[in-house]
Amino acid sequence: MKYSKTHEWVKTEGGVAFIGISDYAQKEMGDIVYVELPEIGASVTINESACELESVKAVAPVESPVTGVVSEVNGALEDDPALLNSDAENCWIYKVENPVLSGDLMDEEEYLNYLKTL
Amino acid sequence: MKTVFELSKEGRSAYQVPSLAVAEYKLGEEFLTQAPAELPEVDEVTLVRHYTELSNNAYGVDNGFYPLGSCTMKYNPKVNEITASLNGFTNLHPLQKKRDIQGSLELMYRLQESLKAITGMAGVSLQPAAGAHGEYTGLKIIKKYHRLRGDNRNKIIVPDSAHGTNPASSTLCGMQIVNIPSTADGLVDIEALKAVCDENTAGLMLTNPNTLGIFDKNILEISKIVHDVGGLLYYDGANLNAVMGVARPADMGFDVVHLNLHKTFATPHGGGGPGSGPVGVCEKLVEYLPNPVVVKDKSGSYSFTEPENSIGQVKAFYGNFNVLVKAYTYILVLGKEGIRNGTEMAVLNANYLKKLLEKYDYKKDQPCMHEFVLSMKKVHDETGVSALDVAKAMIDGGIHPPTMYFPNIVAEALMFEPTETESKETLEWAANLILSIIDEAYTNPEKLHNAPAKAYIERPDEVKAARDPKVSE
Repeated sequence: MKYSKTHEWVKTEGGVAFIGISDYAQKEMGDIVYVELPEIGASVTINESACELESVKAVAPVESPVTGVVSEVNGALEDDPALLNSDAENCWIYKVENPVLSGDLMDEEEYLNYLKTL
Repeated sequence: MKTVFELSKEGRSAYQVPSLAVAEYKLGEEFLTQAPAELPEVDEVTLVRHYTELSNNAYGVDNGFYPLGSCTMKYNPKVNEITASLNGFTNLHPLQKKRDIQGSLELMYRLQESLKAITGMAGVSLQPAAGAHGEYTGLKIIKKYHRLRGDNRNKIIVPDSAHGTNPASSTLCGMQIVNIPSTADGLVDIEALKAVCDENTAGLMLTNPNTLGIFDKNILEISKIVHDVGGLLYYDGANLNAVMGVARPADMGFDVVHLNLHKTFATPHGGGGPGSGPVGVCEKLVEYLPNPVVVKDKSGSYSFTEPENSIGQVKAFYGNFNVLVKAYTYILVLGKEGIRNGTEMAVLNANYLKKLLEKYDYKKDQPCMHEFVLSMKKVHDETGVSALDVAKAMIDGGIHPPTMYFPNIVAEALMFEPTETESKETLEWAANLILSIIDEAYTNPEKLHNAPAKAYIERPDEVKAARDPKVSE
């Protein structure tokens, strides 16, 4: 699993990237009340907003850590956005097939060190 | 408390219509509704008690301190209500002949002129109904200006500390938004601005002073960078109360500005509205203003005119006229010196309250303009009591909560704008109350998690309300 500076995670399995947000991100946002998923077939670009999350405090973009085409979205989040609060790092938001990963990602240890600087 | 619909009893009424003095005219069936309108039926005393109870349960500036940041909840002088209630202003019809409404047109003309003097702009439209409507109108003007020059530039730059309405208005106007980061002071990051400014830049939207209450000292440089690539500068007037009568947006290089009469010019706000969001523009944009604009001819009479390349009408008739009367009254009562004095008092009050609360101040090292931001991050880390909990506890103490969790760049933010109309005693009382609430976070956090205890409505489940809204029966 790799992390971005804007607190998204990405994991690749068999040429498919799974994208979600880090535990730190869900804590900072507070209770997430709405997830606006990307459309299947939509193009996403590294460091550009792929979709939006809304919490009781704020609306925040999910900045894509990969470039590619969205192949699947986690529809369960539409009915139950709280899944992101209860288990952010096991809850993917969208998948991208044949992704190009950002060159600016961190592994877990690097990310935890990065969080200490914030 | 029951709703007025729950109080309804069939056949009751708070009025009587006199019997007809002429023969009844029957409309054709095609014009009649098939079922009676679902309106509440109540007697006068029930109706009066209902609204009195509602007003008792509401909280406004007339009840107490209301330091809601960036909203400028200043006291609304009652003389404004007296002038706005004058028969000559209230018994008007918007389609009356111009010769019969010269006084009202004169008031609109004089208000346009006053707002031009205050902002330094060359032309003003009084039509927009509120702040975001003013933004939309201003962006339409910017867009049409570029389009009529055969230029399809479409990018609006918005700093990340901007008011949320800025990107919303731009989107509604069909523009593409580019966010740029702020520095730690909430100032525009000059390098980031340079990096995104190009031949596709239609404009930059800026609030100055910004949402941290800090005046962007680089404004002339920012203005040059945007103008050099052919873009225009938009001034969000939300924070004009910090500079009115002291500095003019036109002198900072802004091309378009909207004002919130319901904030800066002391007309009622929130539930007491409606709002009014006049738009001012520089010389080259006057021809794009919404129509109609009030003009004065050589003989001294007033009429409406349509600017040559007007973006059209943005509201029915002439804006929220009643609000214009109140704002013009406010300007006349204060005068040039009074307006400047009000601004200085607003800045002084904010700095005094900031000093009293400095332990939790986000920007201890520098003075603020009309508002400032506290961070409850340390309190939250140490006690679990959040900015939200502190804000809710303030309700029990008799203060309207400040703006919370904004700007986004400050963790656990509480944003205070005391305005010029609060006394030193009120500020000291409020500061003591806020400090005692924070002390209580360390001794009795549970009480704060459950606050307010004394309010008409206790702590609502905001998460459930957002996730599972129930908007009707």
